[in-house]
Parts: sequence; C-alpha cells; structure tokens
Amino acid sequence: MKFGVITFPGSNCDYDCHQAVEEGLGLKPVRIWHRETDLQGCDCIILPGGFSYGDYLRTGAIARFSPVMQKVKEHAERGGLVIGICNGFQILLESGLLPGAMMVNRGLQFVCQTVNLSVERNDLAFTNKLEKKQVIRIPIAHKEGNYYLDQRSLKELEDNHQVVFRYCDQNGRISDAENPNGSQNNIAGIVNQKGNVLGMMPHPERAMEALLGSDQGRLIFDSIKAHLQKVG
Amino acid sequence: MLTAEIRVTLKEGVLDPQGTTLNRSLENIGYKGLKEVRMGKLIQLTLDLNDRAQAKELVEELCLKVLTNPVIEQYQFTIGEGK
Repeated sequence: MKFGVITFPGSNCDYDCHQAVEEGLGLKPVRIWHRETDLQGCDCIILPGGFSYGDYLRTGAIARFSPVMQKVKEHAERGGLVIGICNGFQILLESGLLPGAMMVNRGLQFVCQTVNLSVERNDLAFTNKLEKKQVIRIPIAHKEGNYYLDQRSLKELEDNHQVVFRYCDQNGRISDAENPNGSQNNIAGIVNQKGNVLGMMPHPERAMEALLGSDQGRLIFDSIKAHLQKVG
Repeated sequence: MLTAEIRVTLKEGVLDPQGTTLNRSLENIGYKGLKEVRMGKLIQLTLDLNDRAQAKELVEELCLKVLTNPVIEQYQFTIGEGK
C-alpha cells in the first residue's frame, strides 16, 4: 500500500499530508515533485493544499498543466484513488477530474476556522470509517471555496449522490447560516461518478490530533487505508 | 508587432461576490442609481507576432485552455497594432 504526496511550487500542506500518512497511518509516503512523471506505483495520490504557482490567474489553473497531472489523470482513469484537499480540490476542478469551479468566498475574506461537516456518503474508499450523517469537525482555510456549478449540472451532481461533505451545524443541520463561503448546496466535498476521486476544501490532515483541536481527519485517512487493505 | 486585449467576465447567471460587495459599498458611500455591479478581468498581451491570423489563433487557444475557466467565465478579445 503506497501513498504519494505531490508538491507543486507553492504547495504548503504537503508536509502535513506526509505527516498524516506517516504518523497517522504508520506508512511511508512517497514525495512526488510536480515535474515528475512517475507515480512510483502509488495506490493513493494526495494533491495537497497551498497556492500552486501563486494562484495568480485562478486557483489551480496553472498547476493542472504540470507534467505530473497527466499521470494523475491516467491513474484516476484506471480507478486509482486521488484526494485533492483545498488547493488540491481546486486543481482537480481546473483539470476536469471533478465538475464545477471555485469562486471567491461570498464574504470576500480568507476564512480560517474549524467547521462542522455532514457526511453524506460512507460507501466510499475515503469515508468507510464514517457514519452517514455523522458530523465531523475539520478546519478550512481558503479564500476561493465558493463552489459553483450551473443548475443543470448541479442537479446531476446531486442526483448521482456525488456530494460527500456539506457544511452544517453541530447537529448536522444544513443551513445557509453554516455556509462559510457561499458554496452551492453547502458543498464542502465531492467525488467523481466512479467514486475514486475526492475533492474537499476542509483539511483532514490538519485534524489528526485531539490536542490540536480535532482528530476526526484521521477517519478519512483510516478509511483509505482500510479500503486499500480490503482490495489488496 | 501585435497586441491583444482580452476581456474576461463572469457568465450570465453566475453570482459575482466581488461585484455584489462593490455595489453595496458604492451605495453605502452615497451613490444612487446603481442596479448591478459585475467585475471582470482585462488581460493585455504584447505578441511577438506580425500575422493577425496567427495571433488570433494563439489568443483563442490561450483563452480556451488557460486564461479562462469555461465553467464560470466568458471572454472577448481584440487584436491591435503595437507601438
């Protein structure tokens, strides 16, 4: 079982992801520089948060042209696991591996806080250790997390049950008051139709220790490990 | 030498948080008569090309593949003569 963490110029959560896999799962992840074109047989690729290429044009817009992204696409097409966190999610959107786009938060501010997430699906490689409708606390830290999709595609996304996490209150109630960035339908994370590519704005790698606020991000990493163990 | 001026705007129907906030701020400082404010980007390129057809092709490709996100944005551009 092998995890790979990709580093783009401007990534700043790659070490946290590395740490989450190493200390959280007891596995030795591979570091992959964005110019590389060999995923070294990794089963799960993590696209970490940060500001790839400075995010000057649009978030994730340039990173998707990195040589490694072609290989990530092929890996995803083969059914390999990919998880994009924050900027990683934005890169997945720009590269077309997930539908939609990110707009600037409706409050125009960078939002840095721990939020409650409602778990909408627990049948995925990424969520099998969670309960459906469980509320988990995970931090967010972004300025462009306002998820947008045109109405028809949004309906398709919902009909296909591709929404994995929604912003909610501590009781799991999903309302506009709990929406930190204006995302449509309070969307915090989605998967592709096959269920092997997850994008999420919240940072599970920053929720690995109760001492530091929450250890519920572990559930996501544990899920991936359990899934990979099961499929061998 | 040719230049290109690319106007990137949000598609109709896409909410514009920046425009909405600017609209509110302008009203707050006393301006009346505003109905909606929408903000976009202007990208100016100086091209190392002299052939207009070639320039148009390049700018079109840049717009489609890199400079805009077709999920939320639309673009228009003009090719001009550089100094």
